[in-house]
Amino acid sequence: MIGRDLLGIEDLERSDIERILHTAVHMREVGEREVKKVPTLRGRTIVNLFFESSTRTRASFEIAGKRLSADVVNFSPSSSSMKKAESILDTARTLDAMDPDAVIVRHEVSGVPKSIADVLDAPVINAGDGAHEHPTQALLDLFTVQQEKGRIDGLTVTIVGDILHSRVARSNIYGFLKMGAEVRVAAPPPMIPPAIEELGVKAYTSLREALDGADVVMALRIQNERLAGSYFPSVREYAATFGLDRSKLHYAKEDAIVMHPGPVNRGVELSHDLADHRPSVILDQVRNGVAIRMAVLYLFAGRKREHGQSRRTS
Amino acid sequence: MSRILLRGGRLLDPASGLDERGDLLLEEGVVKAVGAGIPASGAQVIEAAGCWVAPGFVDLHCHLREPGQEYKEDIASGGRAAVAGGFTSIACMANTHPVNDDPAMTDYILDRARQDSPARVLPIAAATRGLEGKVMTEMAALVAAGAVAFSDDGKTIMDGGVMRRVLQYSRLVEVPVIVHCEDRTLVGDGVVNEGPVSTRLGLPGNPAVAEEVQIARDLLLAEATGAYLHVAHVSTAGGVSMIRRARERGISVTAEVTPHHLTLTDAVALSFDTNSKVAPPLRGDADRKACREGLADGTLDAIATDHAPHAVHEKDLEYTQAPHGMIGFETALAVVLELVREGELTPLELVRRLSTNPARILKRNAGSLAVGSPGDITVLDPERRWTYDPAKGFSKSRNSPWAGKSLVGRVLLTFVAGKLVFDVERGVVAP
Amino acid sequence: MAQETPPSIGRAAARGASAVSAGRVLLDDTAIARALTRIAHEILERNEDVSQLYLVAIPNGGVPLARRLAANLRQIAEVDVPVGVLDTTLYRDDLKMTGERPLLRRTEMPSAVDERVVVLVDDVVKTGRTIRAAMDALMDFGRPRMVQVVGLVDRGHRELPIKLDYVGKNVPTSPRETVSLRGRDGDLEGLLEVTLLPADARGDA
Repeated sequence: MIGRDLLGIEDLERSDIERILHTAVHMREVGEREVKKVPTLRGRTIVNLFFESSTRTRASFEIAGKRLSADVVNFSPSSSSMKKAESILDTARTLDAMDPDAVIVRHEVSGVPKSIADVLDAPVINAGDGAHEHPTQALLDLFTVQQEKGRIDGLTVTIVGDILHSRVARSNIYGFLKMGAEVRVAAPPPMIPPAIEELGVKAYTSLREALDGADVVMALRIQNERLAGSYFPSVREYAATFGLDRSKLHYAKEDAIVMHPGPVNRGVELSHDLADHRPSVILDQVRNGVAIRMAVLYLFAGRKREHGQSRRTS
Repeated sequence: MSRILLRGGRLLDPASGLDERGDLLLEEGVVKAVGAGIPASGAQVIEAAGCWVAPGFVDLHCHLREPGQEYKEDIASGGRAAVAGGFTSIACMANTHPVNDDPAMTDYILDRARQDSPARVLPIAAATRGLEGKVMTEMAALVAAGAVAFSDDGKTIMDGGVMRRVLQYSRLVEVPVIVHCEDRTLVGDGVVNEGPVSTRLGLPGNPAVAEEVQIARDLLLAEATGAYLHVAHVSTAGGVSMIRRARERGISVTAEVTPHHLTLTDAVALSFDTNSKVAPPLRGDADRKACREGLADGTLDAIATDHAPHAVHEKDLEYTQAPHGMIGFETALAVVLELVREGELTPLELVRRLSTNPARILKRNAGSLAVGSPGDITVLDPERRWTYDPAKGFSKSRNSPWAGKSLVGRVLLTFVAGKLVFDVERGVVAP
Repeated sequence: MAQETPPSIGRAAARGASAVSAGRVLLDDTAIARALTRIAHEILERNEDVSQLYLVAIPNGGVPLARRLAANLRQIAEVDVPVGVLDTTLYRDDLKMTGERPLLRRTEMPSAVDERVVVLVDDVVKTGRTIRAAMDALMDFGRPRMVQVVGLVDRGHRELPIKLDYVGKNVPTSPRETVSLRGRDGDLEGLLEVTLLPADARGDA
């Protein structure tokens, strides 16, 4: 396993991803038992350090930790109090003194999990930083596809939505490329990040072309509040041009599956019908999320840096 | 000691084209003699063999943070860091707290400098009151108080109408208007150069076009008004080529570039190191190359540090929250010597851009080794290897991307008005 | 999977093959088959109500052994005993927190455990810790009426009070030697053999 921390998919080798997926298969089996608990991380402490609020991801990590018998502690400093009170690194250092076995970090600015990892002895798991990476989301997406399709190599994956601001898009781009898929992104022009094709994907502004022959269609959440009016004119126009419904799905392969990291803006990214029925696998993604996070905790928790060998001392 | 003989060094005087081994005699605060075989006759002799002897460097652009933010830096510590880097004259920007938009403030800065700074301090006053970009400042009074140029650096004058009036009025006082070219509406919340690096990092991007649009505007306004425009910290290939064409057309414009824009790219930001966060941002490889070419062919006249201190706790924040800027006095020489080592500039031409040209832009009697020139001299060893530890430096702040790095080229001695103010073995020795 | 009696030529070939691979063969496939036949009889002797039996294999070695036992029981007593697979990795007491985590293996429990007579099947038993972990895992699946243990090889050096109800062969060893069940041709689906390797970093159950 490379490294002590899981900061992003970009740092992982294909063999690391395969290891995590392999472990997740077995963790999913634990989730299917009546007693959904194993003693593996008993007596270990996992800290959820969520600077950006999130119910789903945090709950998913909490359930994962508890299924492994770990003690899970939630720490949610609201960003505004951060500015007045302790700095992020001071908070992290204080936590580290309590000797956690893993610290799970989410923040709205890219790079914060890495800065925290530089000063902690405990392993850091990135639960989403800015528009940079969300590795456990990509891992559960890869797992879901692998379970549905039996493989990832050679598949065509199309990601639709606000690629510019999406950490889910970036992590999935790295993940699916490393596992041998062809990856496409589709968005209105202002939401295609500059030089995105340098990452190895093809960018489209036509949804139809992007969907042609796709095995997997991943729709991303649009943040109406922030973006309508500046990056695209209106939610109505977005839904008409890039929203997915059954008729647009015909452009993709017949057995294509539809994914979404949630929560879904019904009628915007996905039609009501697609949001709730096959071929969308959204609920499987959620279920797989717990298995993946159990796998990640099993593989990373407790593997601390030798005390005193922090890369930064101040 | 009022008589000092620097013996056997490589004399570099861009003003006269001199590049030869020889001696330099300082007496009563000025250059008394330059050339080969000057007799010592009771002067203190300093052997300078293997070193370059150059006119003291003149920095067109720095931030001393006094008054108002003395925890980051003040005129005393900034002056010390400057002479440690070979800078004998430094022009400080007006974005202090309160802003230097008033003769009393200019007076205060000069007074503090006289008392505590080993380097000569040249205040740059604000072009508009409070840096608000609306009402121009009392330029005549400010120049009378000692201001050497006007600039809203730290901010930009977004209103074209205001910019035009500022440029027109500046013709009254015949000093440069220094512009920080960044269209705020194009910058948005960008913190890294917009490009492959911002895409990888998932950080908001600041596109090159934000700078280019304003350089274009200000060049055209300079042409229309006949004012003397100086473009601060050029960072884009587009900016360099527009300035080149403007000069060919006879527009009165000068420009500067920083050591970091000449040698670093946005790839430095990949580690999320906030010491890489600067305005304008570090750009891509093509922009860096264009800046180097522009410096070599004279399109960019001068190297200026844009020394911008920030406290450790301020830079220790999330990338989007950390303030922009890096310190630069003490690393500038070693960093720009890379251009000499790569064969892009001769030592003489490098010194011209560090000393003679900036002096000319600010109309200072400096940047020359001619007899009678002020005794502002920098003696440096271009081969000296050292490791830069900002904690051991003279600035109060430590925000440098070169912290801990091995550098080649170091200032050994700095003289201001014929007196030794910095000695690498002993540190700052005066005042 | 039906048991097979390899031709005598196979035995010689097996010995030849093991001379190439490191280690000494303690039990070849024929010896294993015989032991499993005997154990099947012993299980039937000890348990009156065969309908309650449930063979639970500890991967990886326990799996082919449990399957062969089930085939034996079907042949001898015409009873279909369910076979489950129970990975114990998540219940181990020695998961070193700093190193790399071991790979997980399959768990598949087709039958409920409640009220059953569970017969755990493991290939090599040494310290007894794997059996302890298996029992903890088993308890999370339900409440068996009784738990019995089959160990193909008992090599001693118990660290916990675990006894085996059915033993294929008792082999005295030094603790640093390694005893393992392997496929003769590389996979556990074919012919099996138990080998002894001299002092080695790898430990076993």
